[in-house]
This record gives sequence, structure tokens and C-alpha cells, in this order.
Amino acid sequence: MTTALSIRQLTKTYGNGFQALHGIDLDVAEGDFFALLGPNGAGKSTTIGILSTLVTKSSGTVSVFGHDLDTQPSALKRCLGVVPQEFNFNQFEKVFDIVVTQAGYYGIPARIARERAEQYLTQLGLWDKRDTPSRELSGGMKRRLMIARALVHQPRLLILDEPTAGVDIELRRSMWSFLTELNEQGITIILTTHYLEEAEQLCRNIGIIDHGRIAENTSMKALLKKLHVETFLLDIKGSLQAVPQLLGYPVVRVDDHTLEVQVDKNMGVTELFRQLAQQQIEVLSLRNKTNRLEELFVSLVEKNLAKGAV
Amino acid sequence: MSTEYLNSELAANLVALRTIVYREVRRFTRIWPQTLLPPAITMVLYFVIFGNLIGRQIGDMGGFTYMEYIVPGLIMMSVITNSYGNVVSSFFGSKFQRSIEELMVSPVSPHIILVGYVTGGVLRGLAVGLIVTLLSLFFTHLQVHHLGVTVLVVLLTATIFSLGGFINAVFARNFDDISIIPTFVLTPLTYLGGVFYSITLLPPFWQSVSMANPVLHMVNAFRYGILGVSDIRIGVAIGFMLVATAVLYAACIHLLVSGRGMRQ
Repeated sequence: MTTALSIRQLTKTYGNGFQALHGIDLDVAEGDFFALLGPNGAGKSTTIGILSTLVTKSSGTVSVFGHDLDTQPSALKRCLGVVPQEFNFNQFEKVFDIVVTQAGYYGIPARIARERAEQYLTQLGLWDKRDTPSRELSGGMKRRLMIARALVHQPRLLILDEPTAGVDIELRRSMWSFLTELNEQGITIILTTHYLEEAEQLCRNIGIIDHGRIAENTSMKALLKKLHVETFLLDIKGSLQAVPQLLGYPVVRVDDHTLEVQVDKNMGVTELFRQLAQQQIEVLSLRNKTNRLEELFVSLVEKNLAKGAV
Repeated sequence: MSTEYLNSELAANLVALRTIVYREVRRFTRIWPQTLLPPAITMVLYFVIFGNLIGRQIGDMGGFTYMEYIVPGLIMMSVITNSYGNVVSSFFGSKFQRSIEELMVSPVSPHIILVGYVTGGVLRGLAVGLIVTLLSLFFTHLQVHHLGVTVLVVLLTATIFSLGGFINAVFARNFDDISIIPTFVLTPLTYLGGVFYSITLLPPFWQSVSMANPVLHMVNAFRYGILGVSDIRIGVAIGFMLVATAVLYAACIHLLVSGRGMRQ
């Protein structure tokens, strides 16, 4: 399988001496939907900045579809579409002009650029706003405009840096389905997000970066298997008089109608329900207390913090 | 590299250049009340006050009426101010809004980016110069003495100041930084650059000092193109402008490649 992105021993030390990346290695296969996660200041945006050439690397190599950043930057950039975290378009330009102008920077003739601008603005629900100055768009519309702009030269690798930040849930879901469609069409996608359910829902593979190092780089399934304990909230029929004693399941009473139970993967939930039924406690519904990926993410980051403390 | 690849790269870069130039022209024509109208009004005031009212008291200069003498200098002054102002405000505006990142992430070569911005500055300088020239016809009669020199000098001057505006924009960190050079450097150099007088009126020491003012060479070379008179040698002036263009171009390319003020 072709490698869409290959990073080797990438380091970045800023002018003030802060080392943001400590020699990271990362591979993303063609067609993948890859999540790059990490706490604030972990090095995600620096990595994306280097890929998009807005940040100069200190050492290491980067290649996109075999095009080396140092020797073939032009070819690399043609393969790459970037949706940055912050709005970076001309606030006085009209929506349509922003997309067509971006196409022009990639050498796309005006007629084709206009056709593609119409196609992507329509798909992203912005065609009606084509003659609106970009500063008059809502936050969600501005995010979609940046996606349309990043797609206009039809990149093979699309990098989205928190594309759904500040976007309402309805719009977020429509963006998820749009991104899934793009990925099904063959576009490799790298996504950074703070919404971990978004990463879990969309991405097949995941890299967790922390303190400028790759803490985890595996498939989503493999990572989730590492989660040994899940915390569930159980809605109980009737009122709880006391905290039930459940053998092998640490339990906390949240309120009269809710229990919080920790379930070890080896124990499973069947035994839990058997014990609850024995005590004549009827469960109306069950849900995860937090997103599963979030639990893992927090534990990994905490582990790294502890290592740092030592 | 194959010929086909080079041709496709060239074609893509030409489209990119056209895009940048079109965007720049669209920008200054969209805001014409800020870009094209003020210099026209200012220059009409110069023509009325200096050329007409005060000029009558001054009499002839260099064998021409005072109005005829100052028109080339005033055209040049508007070209200098506007070519510089266009690039410095446009490029710094792009940095300020971070829309410069659109260009930096694209495969456009630094040469194309620079030529695009400079062409925008030159076109605005020429547009304002043309407007001022047309307005001057209401006050005096203009006859071009040497068309080739006139066109070459105006193009080189607009290019030099566009490149200067670009360097200013790269180093600027806030809006104050883009007005310091025009206010404290450009305006004094222009006013002391022989726009309103011949340096032969100055004592010998100040004549020598004036020769170090690059604007003097540009204004006089342009005046030579229009009127056929000059305080300096045309060959030296054009040679100086060609060297200045080359040096400034190289400096701009170096700044773009290093990403100063644009890359971290």
C-alpha cells in the first residue's frame, strides 16, 4: 500500500529554545482516515505547520506521496490540502473569490476553478453565500469555506486541524458525513480534534502525540482494546435505598436513580446484570460515563505526565 | 526533468501570477476612493497652489514655466507614493489577516509571489500617474521629449518602490510600522528630490548632498523624458535604477525564501 505521509525523526526547536518535537516518526497509509490527537501544546499544530511549510523543521525528513519536503516542495504542496485551526482568509474578499483565487495559486485555469468552486461551495452549503464578504459568515460557515478552499485543487491528502471547533452538533454531523464521503472517494485524511468521539467515529488509525513525542500510533480498534476498565452509568427503575453490593464491580451511587459501575473487560456486563437481577434492581438503560477513547487518552497523557514528574 | 513537466510548471506559475496580479488590481480598484481619488485631489491642489498661484511669482525654471517644470516631478511623486503604498499595505494586510498563508502553502514560487505583488504596485503607480498626467493637461501643455526614457524611468521607479514597499511589509509588525518609512523617509526624500526646484539653485555643498538622494535621479530622469532637461546625467540615473532594482529584487527573494515574518 502507498504511504501518503512519512515522517522520520522530525524535530523542531523554536527560536526561544522551546523544543516542540523530539524526533517523531509517523506513517499514514493512502486512503486512511487518521486521527492525530494530543493535549494542547503537545506538538500537533507544529507537525501540521511543518507539513504545510508554515513552520520550518529543525531536522528530520517529511514526504507526502513520495515527494520530499526539502527537494520537491512544489510537488508535495500540490498533493496537500490544509484546513488550519484559525481563519486565515481575506476578510474583505467574497466567498467565491477566495476559493477561485486559491485555485489560481495552484495553477488551475479560471474556468475549471470556477466550476470546482461551485461544486465544493454547493456541497458544503455555501453556494447561496458566494457573493458574501467572508467576514459576514458565521463561524461554522467560515470553517466550511476553509474546507472548500482546501479541496479546490483536489489534494490527495487533506489535513484538518480541529475543523469542527465551535460548530453546532447538527453541522458537525453533516461535516462528518461529508468527510467520510471524501475519504471513501480515496482522499487520505488526517484529523486533529479535541472531540474524541469524533476521532473514534471517523478514524481508522490514530497517533497520540504528547510533549513532542509519539505516545501511541496504532489502529483505533487496537487502541480501544487496551481499555481494560470502562465506567458505565446505569439508570435504575424505582428508587435506590442503599448502594448495592456487587462482587467484582466497584460501584458508586450517583443519585436515587443512577449507579456508576466500573466494569473490567474480563468480567463483562452479563455477570453485572445477573447480580443486579438477584438484588431485584431493574436497569432501564446503560451508557458510557465518558467516551472510551477519552478514557484511554487521559490515561496515556497522565502516564506521560507521571514519567515526566519522575 | 522532462520538457513536459517544465511546461506544466511554467503554465501553472503563469496562472498563479495572473491570479495574484488580478487580485491586487481588484483590491485597489475596489477601494478606489482610498487609492485613486486622494492622489488626484492632492495633485490638483499642488497644480493650483504651487503651479498656478505661487508659480506665477517664481517665473521660469530651466527654460520652462514653473508649472511645466513641476508637472513631471509631481507625476513621479504620485507614482512613488502609490507603488510603495500599494505593496506595503497589501502584503502587510495579508500578513495581518494571515491570508498570506494561502500563498505560502501553495506551490507558487517566491519569484511569482514577488513579481505578482510588484506588478500590482507598478500598475497602481501607473494608474495614479496616468490620472495625474491627465489632470495636469487642464493646467499646462505636455510634450514628451523622449518616450523611451519616460516609459523606462517610470517603470523602473514604480518597480523600485514596489520592491521597497515589499521589504517594509515583511519587516512590519503592526500598522505603525508601515507608515514610518513613508512618513519619515519617503516624503522628505521626495520633497528634497528636485520635484519643486532645480538643484542648480542650491549651494555647491547641498548640490553634492542632493546627488545622494535616489529620488533626485528618478525625478530628473523622468523630467528629461518629458521636457528634455535634467540636473543629472541620464545614463547614470538609469544605471543606478537598474542596479537598485536588481539589489532590491534579490533582497526580497531572500526574505521570501527564508520566510521572514511569514514562517516560524
